Amino acid sequence: MIAALPQLRRVSKRATQVFITLFGLLLLTFFIGRVMPLDPVLAIVGPDADHATYQQVYHQLGFDKPLWAQFGIYLNGLLHGDLGHALLTGQPVSQDILRVFPATLELATLAIVIGAGLGVPLGVIAAARRNGAIDYAVRVVSLAGYSTPIFWGGMIGLLLFYAHLGWVGGAGRVDFSLDGVVPRRSGLMLVDALLAGNATVFWNALNHLILPASLLGFHSLAYISRMTRSFMLAQLSQEFILTARVKGLTEWQVIWQHAFRNILVQLLTVVALAYGSLLEGAVLIETVFSWPGFGSYLTSSLMLGDMNAVMGCVLVVGLIFVLLNLLSDLLYQVFDPRTKV
Amino acid sequence: MTLSIDTPHVGAARERLARCQRFAARAGHFLLRMACNPLTAIGCGIVLLLCLTALFAPWIAPYHPLVQDLDNALSPPGAQHWFGTDEFGRDIFSRLVWGARITLYIVLLVSVTVGPLGLLLGVAAGYFGGKVDAALMRITDIFISFPSLVLALAFVAALGPGLEHVVIAITLTAWPPIARLARAETLSLRQADFISAVRLQGASPLRVLWHHIMPLCLPSVIIRITMNMAGIILTAAGLGFLGLGSQPPAPEWGAMIASGRTYMLECWWVVTVPGMAILINSLAFNFLGDGLRDLLDPRSE
Repeated sequence: MIAALPQLRRVSKRATQVFITLFGLLLLTFFIGRVMPLDPVLAIVGPDADHATYQQVYHQLGFDKPLWAQFGIYLNGLLHGDLGHALLTGQPVSQDILRVFPATLELATLAIVIGAGLGVPLGVIAAARRNGAIDYAVRVVSLAGYSTPIFWGGMIGLLLFYAHLGWVGGAGRVDFSLDGVVPRRSGLMLVDALLAGNATVFWNALNHLILPASLLGFHSLAYISRMTRSFMLAQLSQEFILTARVKGLTEWQVIWQHAFRNILVQLLTVVALAYGSLLEGAVLIETVFSWPGFGSYLTSSLMLGDMNAVMGCVLVVGLIFVLLNLLSDLLYQVFDPRTKV
Repeated sequence: MTLSIDTPHVGAARERLARCQRFAARAGHFLLRMACNPLTAIGCGIVLLLCLTALFAPWIAPYHPLVQDLDNALSPPGAQHWFGTDEFGRDIFSRLVWGARITLYIVLLVSVTVGPLGLLLGVAAGYFGGKVDAALMRITDIFISFPSLVLALAFVAALGPGLEHVVIAITLTAWPPIARLARAETLSLRQADFISAVRLQGASPLRVLWHHIMPLCLPSVIIRITMNMAGIILTAAGLGFLGLGSQPPAPEWGAMIASGRTYMLECWWVVTVPGMAILINSLAFNFLGDGLRDLLDPRSE
């Protein structure tokens, strides 16, 4: 009971922090939405509407009320899961986002599998052979990953692997002829194809997915391999590693069983954050690949000046980030014995 | 009598000279060490080249960046046009050269606003602590909880497209990491004995911050800003690509890629060349920032 008290206090402190951050997030999106130079009423009623209609919609949207009251209405809507209606589809924004999100989730998940699957071993090897040829190569590759404009990488990839070599499918999630062949269940094309038992669609979807996912993965590989390297270097300079070597363990055992196991928690945090930041890359890469996901929805709403949709998307991204941060904090608390006082 | 008046003066002059020499020697040594690391040297060279290109754009560019020549539209790279021409027959090389000005304009303007802003807020939060610190750090938390491109996107969407708005949007998203860094540095300096000594001499908080803490935070903030520059280039290019940056006829690199997209499959150069320019420059800033950190950060040795 006594031992649980400081932990309780820490959790409640963290909870207040998250709450304040979330509240700030809402304030920020609300005010960005309000300084828009576009007239949201005009966007709904159209330029030909008469004065009475304009006034009616103006009142309906609550623009005659003071700002804080408008914020209250906005908050109240959010608590009921209402992000307003999108101009383009006429649907509630929340439904739109739920509809497009699986496509992005599929893309980002394969990307993080590629990024972490390659990035972690590369980082470990680079740290083990510090200042060697591999270390240098990993450093240059990861810097190149940091420096490539991802939309351009997507175009060059399409040019090379689709137009020239014909190895992968082009834009979109499946070939045009296969669109809508399998019924939508989870929204994840690969899973839906498996559920329907349709191998043709599965391979075709994978073929379309692999290029954008690899490009996104390359981006997170840069970050993950770099962080892995520095975590490993910190571990390898510790005395217990020296002890392990003196005991006569093989280099493999020293690196993977002694050093690597200690960085697992830190690594989980890094991968979680990299997963979240793939959303950023997705905004650009989805535009290039005509991928009907979250990023495409955000940019097309942006072009139309559909502020409800844009702010809904921004809010969702912020939410995902806050939650991922919280999750990685919790992971630390659960797995790292040093945080248990 | 004259001696007693002159001596301190001569002494001060000599002291100043010696200080200059020491500074020059240190700077020379620093540059030498920088040149020893090949990646840093390459990065430094490219950044220098970018600056010179932007400065002397009118003399370097063989053609006007905006004048159209529809007879020569989409002609491949050759002796006439080194990097080919775009869909309006404009010389891509000339547009790249002029575009260097836009890129550098964004990078510099963002850096000179973000640096002081982040430094001031971070130092204030770290030095005063308590409620000021809590409030400022919660604000940075909110801004950090967005990926910078998405937040910049939202700001530009609200402000409307345009070069100045891109600068404002990127500035608004780029200051929190700097503030956090400056705060951390200040926290470690605040307890130092020399700060207590200055305070006991009766220096006001403002004087302590301005004369004693800020100068010591400066090196790490400068490194951080250099490392951020690559990110600024990429975010700006991304916004330009989405059509939110400087508007069409302007030779902005990201916008050049976007407009070349339609002709990409037949004419590889309209997309490849501006992309290479972005890649090379952000790579150069990354090399430079990496090298500076290795040199200036004592922990890395």
